[in-house]
Amino acid sequence: MKRDSLHLYLRYLDISLRSQMQYRTSFAFQALGHFLVTFLEFLAIAAVFQRFGQINGWTLEQMGLFYGIISVAFAIAEAVPRGFDVFPTLIRNGDFDRILLRPRSEAFQILGQQFQLMRIGRFTQGLVVLIWASQRLEVDWLPTNIVLLVFAILGGACLFSGLFVLQAALCFWTTESLEIVNCTTYGGVEAAQFPITIYRSWFRAIFTFLIPLATINYFPAHAILGLPEALGSTRFMQWISPAAGVIFLFASLRVWRIGVRHYTSTGS
Amino acid sequence: MRAYLAILSSRIRTLLQYRAAAIAGVATQLFFGIVRMMIFDAFYRSPASAVPMTHEQTITYIWLGQGMILLALFGVDKDIAEMIRSGSVAYELTRPLDLYSLWFARALSGRATPLVMRALPIFSVALLFLGLQPPPTIANAVVFLVAAVGALLLASAIIVLLTVLLLWTISGEGINRLVPALIFFCSGIAIPLPLFPEWLQSAIAVLPFRALMDTPFRLYMGHLSGAAALSALVHQWTWIIVVVLAGRMILARGLRRLVVQGG
Repeated sequence: MKRDSLHLYLRYLDISLRSQMQYRTSFAFQALGHFLVTFLEFLAIAAVFQRFGQINGWTLEQMGLFYGIISVAFAIAEAVPRGFDVFPTLIRNGDFDRILLRPRSEAFQILGQQFQLMRIGRFTQGLVVLIWASQRLEVDWLPTNIVLLVFAILGGACLFSGLFVLQAALCFWTTESLEIVNCTTYGGVEAAQFPITIYRSWFRAIFTFLIPLATINYFPAHAILGLPEALGSTRFMQWISPAAGVIFLFASLRVWRIGVRHYTSTGS
Repeated sequence: MRAYLAILSSRIRTLLQYRAAAIAGVATQLFFGIVRMMIFDAFYRSPASAVPMTHEQTITYIWLGQGMILLALFGVDKDIAEMIRSGSVAYELTRPLDLYSLWFARALSGRATPLVMRALPIFSVALLFLGLQPPPTIANAVVFLVAAVGALLLASAIIVLLTVLLLWTISGEGINRLVPALIFFCSGIAIPLPLFPEWLQSAIAVLPFRALMDTPFRLYMGHLSGAAALSALVHQWTWIIVVVLAGRMILARGLRRLVVQGG
């Protein structure tokens, strides 16, 4: 059963990638567009750092580490579970009914709907910033640090995926997608690019406990840089904190299942 | 002219139907504005030497940007793009109207209503609670409104130009991917333009995109005055005329080589 699902997912992946590759030039432009937008965004931040020198004692290079982790994680979450992002259309057209009839879990089928490869633009840009920052910071890339970095990125990808799942699950009740949820996804990316200590405490609390974005870059980055931390976390906490992203994804899938049970078709 | 006005007003009335979307949009923009405000609060706490804008001015600039974000955040007219793709653009050609003016009227109304519906509530909240400063004099307010109308016309002209370029499918699509990135960087929505390094500012000043946001905002704050204000307005209107003429020319060329299949 497990191997069978994997096989089926690979089929989904194959179909999705082949359909995107039908329009190669168009794909190239889209990926390039994503790279350019995010690249210019970082350039703009760099320009402000040139004016002010630092933000709350943090340098541009240090921020690059926070930025890189969040950017790569978000790019993965935008590419892999893309099906949840386009889910409102399925609900509105009543196409979700067909999915309910098939002998696989709904979440699995939605996941397989689309793998959006053009997000490679943001992924590459995040990776470039990450490498540039760690070069400048002379990070000691011990195997333990690499493990923690990968763990942080995967935890972040899980967290953002969880947000997309939640956003889709809301559609079971509202039938349409709510732009306001973008505050947590795109807004979260924008906010968590900077060390969270620059924000006021109520805002910090939201992004530590409610939507735990700080756990996937702020805390692990301190362990990687070997810095003492302002909010009083121990090294051990910094190491395990990305697990919060994984837990968040599982919690989101629970909400999703409640939504599925609540579903009534829009008809056709 | 009456035909275009009728199109303008009917589109405006259609868009007024989407009130819930407007409220969600306002809340989202307020959230993003607060995040940016806190980021710049933190920047201004650092002991920087010479920053060409005061903290208050930067906050005001940010809120003007959040309120009028629809002047810098746009793509092609989706309906027309679909018409071009499916070939039903042929019907547009049979109308006894000037096609460019028709599309321009669509773009203008499609921008104007959502823009006002977003800007007014955001400005009110930001003015009362979030540090948006009122314009220093009445003259500033007037010249701001003039420049904002110019920005709206320029945005519409760019939208039509991008849409017309879709008549050349692939290269049109490529340009449509890259121009929004440029607008994001060069209009002032990403970062207030006066905060960029000087060499970069002089390059950006030549491009049309600063006229979408930076020009009206600095006129609002009195950050530009006298000859500088006048030259910013001249820059804006020059680009409106250039983009409109370019759009007209390219549309005429595109229609000459247009082949629509089907019957």
